[in-house]
This record gives sequence, C-alpha cells and structure tokens, in this order.
Amino acid sequence: MIKVMIGNHAVSYGVMLSRVQVIPAYPITPQTSIVEELSEFCADGHLNARFIKVESEHSAMACCIGASAAGARTFTATSSQGLALMHEMLHWATGARLPIVMANVNRALGPPWNIWNDQTDSLSQRDTGWLQFYCESNQEVLDTVIQSFKISEEVLLPTMLVLDAFFLSHTAEAVDVPDAQDVDRYLPRYQARYRLDVDNPHSFGNLATPEYYQGFRNKIQDDMIRARTVAKKADEDFESIFHRSYGFTEAYQCEGADLILVTSGTVVSTSRIVIDELRKEGRKVGLLKIRMFRPFPFDDVIGALKDAKKVAVLDRAISFGHSGIFAQEIMSAMYNQPSKPLIYSYITGLGGLDVTPRIITDIINDACERDIPPQESIWIGGKS
Amino acid sequence: MKREYIRGGVIHNSGNSVIFKTGGWRVFRPVIDQSMCNRCKLCYWYCPDNTIIWEEDNVGINYEYCKGCGICAHECPKSAIQMEREKL
Repeated sequence: MIKVMIGNHAVSYGVMLSRVQVIPAYPITPQTSIVEELSEFCADGHLNARFIKVESEHSAMACCIGASAAGARTFTATSSQGLALMHEMLHWATGARLPIVMANVNRALGPPWNIWNDQTDSLSQRDTGWLQFYCESNQEVLDTVIQSFKISEEVLLPTMLVLDAFFLSHTAEAVDVPDAQDVDRYLPRYQARYRLDVDNPHSFGNLATPEYYQGFRNKIQDDMIRARTVAKKADEDFESIFHRSYGFTEAYQCEGADLILVTSGTVVSTSRIVIDELRKEGRKVGLLKIRMFRPFPFDDVIGALKDAKKVAVLDRAISFGHSGIFAQEIMSAMYNQPSKPLIYSYITGLGGLDVTPRIITDIINDACERDIPPQESIWIGGKS
Repeated sequence: MKREYIRGGVIHNSGNSVIFKTGGWRVFRPVIDQSMCNRCKLCYWYCPDNTIIWEEDNVGINYEYCKGCGICAHECPKSAIQMEREKL
C-alpha cells in the first residue's frame, strides 16, 4: 500500500511492522514525531508494545538494554545531544551483545544551538560497535528499519539507522508500506539464546579478567565482519519478497569516471542530478553513495574508486583537527591499493546548510582544478 | 573444562566461581618450612581466602586460590612461612 508520509513516520511504520515489543523513548527535535507516532500506535492497539517514557536518553538506552536482555525486540530513536548523552550506554549495548535498533535523526550538536541537519552526531559514535546505515529516502528508511532487526538479531550487535534532519525527517514522500504478513515471513519473532528469566537464571554484565576481555572484544569484531555477509543476505532476501534492495554502496555513473564524488544521505539525491547534468556536458564524473558505514564496505568502496584519477568526498561532518570523517575512512580504505586516486576532503552542509546543485558543482570543479589535494579539508558555502 | 566465549560474557550456569582460579594474581608465594611450624593454626584462621589446607596435623597451601597477600607469613609466630617471588 502506497502512503504519503514523512521520514519520521516511515521509521514508525517500519517499527510497527517489525512487531517491536518495547520502546523506551525521550523526545528531542527532530526525532520526536517518530516516537509520538509509535505511542499512538501503542495507544490505538495497532502495535502490541510496551511504550516507556523515561527521564533522559541515557535512561532510554539503559531501558533498551534491560528490555533486550529480557529477550524483547527493542527500539528507540534520538538525535544529536540525545545521542551524545547515550554514549556510555551505546558501548554497553554492544558489549552485552544486544540486538537493539535505533533511529538517529542527524542533527547538529550545540553550541551554538542548531536543530538542523549535520552528521557529526552519529559519526562521533563510530567506535561504539553499532552497525550504521545512512538512508537517502523515506522508502529506504522504512525498509532499513526492518532489515536492521534482521541483521542485528543474527549477529547480536545493535544497529543505528540514520536519516537527515528535516530533509527526510519532516519531508513527505510516497512510501510503499509492506504487507504485515510479508514482513512476518521475512522477520520471525526474536528468540534470545540467554535472557533475563527468574525461572532460568543467568548472570549478566560480569567481570572479565584481562586474559578473557580481549577475547570478548575479538568476538565483537568477528561478528562485525560477519555482519557484511549477513547484511548482504538480508538485503537479497528482502529483495526477493519486497522487490527492493539497496546494497552497501551505490555506484552511479562510475564506469570510466575520472572523478568520483563520494557522499551519503539526501545529498546523494541532489548529487545524482548534478552528475547527470555534467555527464550531458561530456564530463567524466561519477557518484558513490555510502549506505553502510559500519561495518565498513571496503570491497565495494575500493572496487568503485580504484580506477578513478580523483575522488572528492563531501562530508556533512568534521573531526576537528583532522578532516571530514567519511574522507578519512575513504583515504584509509584506499591507502594500501596499488592504484589509487587522489582524495579531496570537502566540508559543507553543516548545521542544515543547504547543499545545492551549485555547491556540488563547485566541489567537483574545485577538485578537477587542483593538482594535489591540500592537507586540510576545503570548506564550501555558508557565510564567512 | 572447555571454555566458551558466550557473547556478552553471560554466565549461564550459576555457582561456578569454584572453577575460577585466582592464584595467577599472586606476585609472592608463601612457602612453609614444616620443621619450624608448631601447628598453632594461626595462618589457617587469618587467611582471607581460605587457602590454608589443614588435614589432621598437616598444613599446606592451595596455590590455585592463594593470592599471595602475605598475612599468613606476617602472623606466623615461628616465622615458618617465607614469601618467595613468583617466577614468570
């Protein structure tokens, strides 16, 4: 059934179809309407879940951890400062191997106060051991919620799906809502191997001495690597039922491209139009969308970029004192390749700054004109 | 016993601390000179980890759990217990 809905409600529908059992949540713009809609689904009986109002995002994630440890399929949503407040608990969810799924609506961190789009919040959580997917459309958002539970429950690691503030969260698009029976077939009920159960007690959150701690960390990395195979299969199975799939990356017009633009989220859609225009002018340019950020899709990225002369990475985030965060990842992925492109880091779109076709064209032209990438990122747009 | 890395470090069988050997934490090892020991049993009462073995009139140390705190050597009125550095 096709419905017109904002990105936030696409998340809510994905959660309802996934038959989530516990939703602990704390409101924060621009995430709030995800959990508002979910609370209505619960109140109206469309979703048989326990909706728990908590006093902070730290508590929201702590509550998710308890619910997931009890064997419930668990979801929450947040943004920006809320995600930052959860940071400690994000590590906990990973270490305890709990398949929690969370939607993060990318929003700038303050001060100065700003509620608009910026990816630094989720990228700052890169090393917490959560899988991360960056979505481009409301359809992809809904589908990724369902896929996330499928993947997380197989590898026992939590997943964060990420969508752009306002450009997706509050923008309405036509979304094909899958049939509940089909989703049930794709995503059976979650069965935890060990769960909090008074009749069959286990001990959770135990001490591991140094000789064992590293082994547990090693297991997490093994399962992160395995998540690539699991996510690929989850995407293929999804396609066979719902006739849609997304891949880890999407290479657009990359064949024979001298310069490839790399980016994520809604900027990808705008970039596609720019690439089409430039191709019409005879320019050899392509586009690589990064959808899956953790685990990092090395093979897809290397395969798409190795033959290009130049790569321009458009980051809607900055690691102060280094460069754009996606740019760092792309550089490190390419470093050991025998043939590799020059890689340019561009920063734009921070705090909701509109990334227009003009800005994207300026970035592509700038990278074409510069012989050597500068050590520092190049900042584009905004008032100086 | 085969050790398995259960994800998240969940302990699925309770009451298993007996198989968690803590003797590896020790830096100094208490060694009893049986000829000097007068069987007063003070070491047995003072040991915080219950690692002094007392069977009939024989005294010994359970090195699987002794953490080498040295309280037994300190309390022994006959100085019959020496602390010797463990070798790696």
